[in-house]
Amino acid sequence: MGAPSARHVAERTARLSFGRLLAILAAGTHDLPLAEEALAEAFARALEVWPRQGVPGHPEGWLLSVARNRVSNLHRHDRTRAAATEELILRAEERADLAVQADERLALMFVCAHPAIDPAARAPLMLQTVLGLDAARIAAAFLVPPSTMGQRLVRAKARIKELRLRFALPDADDLPDRLADVLEAIYGAFGADWDGSAGLGLPEEAIHLARVLMGLMPQAPEVKGLLALMLYVHARRAARDGQVFVPLSEQDAALWDRDQVIEAEGLLTQAARAGQFGRFQCEAAIQSVHAQRAITGQLNLAALDTLHELLLRFHPTVGGKVAHAAVRRLQGDAAGALAMLEALPDAARTYQPALVLRAHCLRDLGAAEFSGAAEAALAVTTDARLKSHLRREFGLA
Amino acid sequence: MQYMLMLNETAAEFARRTDPEETQAYWGGWNAFIGAMAQAGVIVKGDGLQGPMLATTVRVVDGKRHVQDGPFADTKEQLGGYFVIEVPDLDAALDWAAQAPCALAGSVEVRPVLPPMS
Repeated sequence: MGAPSARHVAERTARLSFGRLLAILAAGTHDLPLAEEALAEAFARALEVWPRQGVPGHPEGWLLSVARNRVSNLHRHDRTRAAATEELILRAEERADLAVQADERLALMFVCAHPAIDPAARAPLMLQTVLGLDAARIAAAFLVPPSTMGQRLVRAKARIKELRLRFALPDADDLPDRLADVLEAIYGAFGADWDGSAGLGLPEEAIHLARVLMGLMPQAPEVKGLLALMLYVHARRAARDGQVFVPLSEQDAALWDRDQVIEAEGLLTQAARAGQFGRFQCEAAIQSVHAQRAITGQLNLAALDTLHELLLRFHPTVGGKVAHAAVRRLQGDAAGALAMLEALPDAARTYQPALVLRAHCLRDLGAAEFSGAAEAALAVTTDARLKSHLRREFGLA
Repeated sequence: MQYMLMLNETAAEFARRTDPEETQAYWGGWNAFIGAMAQAGVIVKGDGLQGPMLATTVRVVDGKRHVQDGPFADTKEQLGGYFVIEVPDLDAALDWAAQAPCALAGSVEVRPVLPPMS
């Protein structure tokens, strides 16, 4: 067997099994950095040995054996056994282990999104440990310097080890809350670069994470809801990417990725069968209403209004309230929308979407404050494409 | 693994200790919590403390002893007691901490105990 195919198998195994192997290795010691080092060495060893000796029948088991030996060596500071790894033969129990511990990856996700871990570290940690993304790429996607991201990840891993966080599924009582944290972290990974402008493939990685989670928790409707939500948004890439900003309601629906929309619709339907509605199903349902425009040619504002109201019950946020007010404005009730904005807490006064909506409402009402409101909205808009779009809309171009 | 549960109470909670109307409910809550931990066999050690009005704080500056009437910091919550428990992981420690009466009115800080120097 030649070198390219051994490399190919190693890369594919890294892609599919990294998180699982890491989870198995770290479950005993709670030491992620140690497990990462050992796994990296196992992959390096594979690239060295496989082209010469052929790809083993069970690559995952081989990597796990090598990495386990490495872990125990590093752990014991006992270098004498290192030489033995060359001749490693896959042990029978290693195969059994992999079958039994198929859910370790799930435990790893729950550790990464543990309440004792800084929320800002959860999504990066999950991307690094479950999918094996490198820290520099994660830092770029989250728009923080690599050193900052590195510190954040090191601190989170130190807490996992020193505090000894549990590598296991939470108890049934805690499961809904803890799952919500996992979903929030995956959505955070998606949202870090949701329009893919950083070009780092993070939306695809987040979708991949959700697929992994769905495979591990096929009964959880909110997991399907989250995956559907991300697919709806991701399906619109072609329609929103370009030199000019195009708002969702004006996007060319023909450019939406039909396969992704169909998959999302299917997931949402399956999720609904469980009869447990939740935040992500609700957000996906809102996106589904937008997607229906491709078929009906019209945006069902009444449905949007109901769903946004429902979403605020599951997940009350300033962003959700502004989005709800925006729907009211589209329904022709600019005064009502304005009243909803007035009711927001003071901290939301500088929130860009709220300021933009306020300007739109004042323009609809022909109010004198419009031009001041438009300037205020532009002042807090940083995205260049969006800024020129708003200038045109506000007649300030 | 050993964790310390630092039981922080508000002034109102400290007052309940001696308030004739409240004292029974107050100590009943603590007895139930401590009883549950004892039954599970997780307690390594632990004590309740007298309130912050009986605290004295000492610092040595330039070889001179400064003694102060009161706790080291004037905060809304003060340490009212502690337990060191032996449990498998932080999750288990947090489960116990959440059952402490002062988790409802006050807070519980959970910290791993340093392993013995080797």
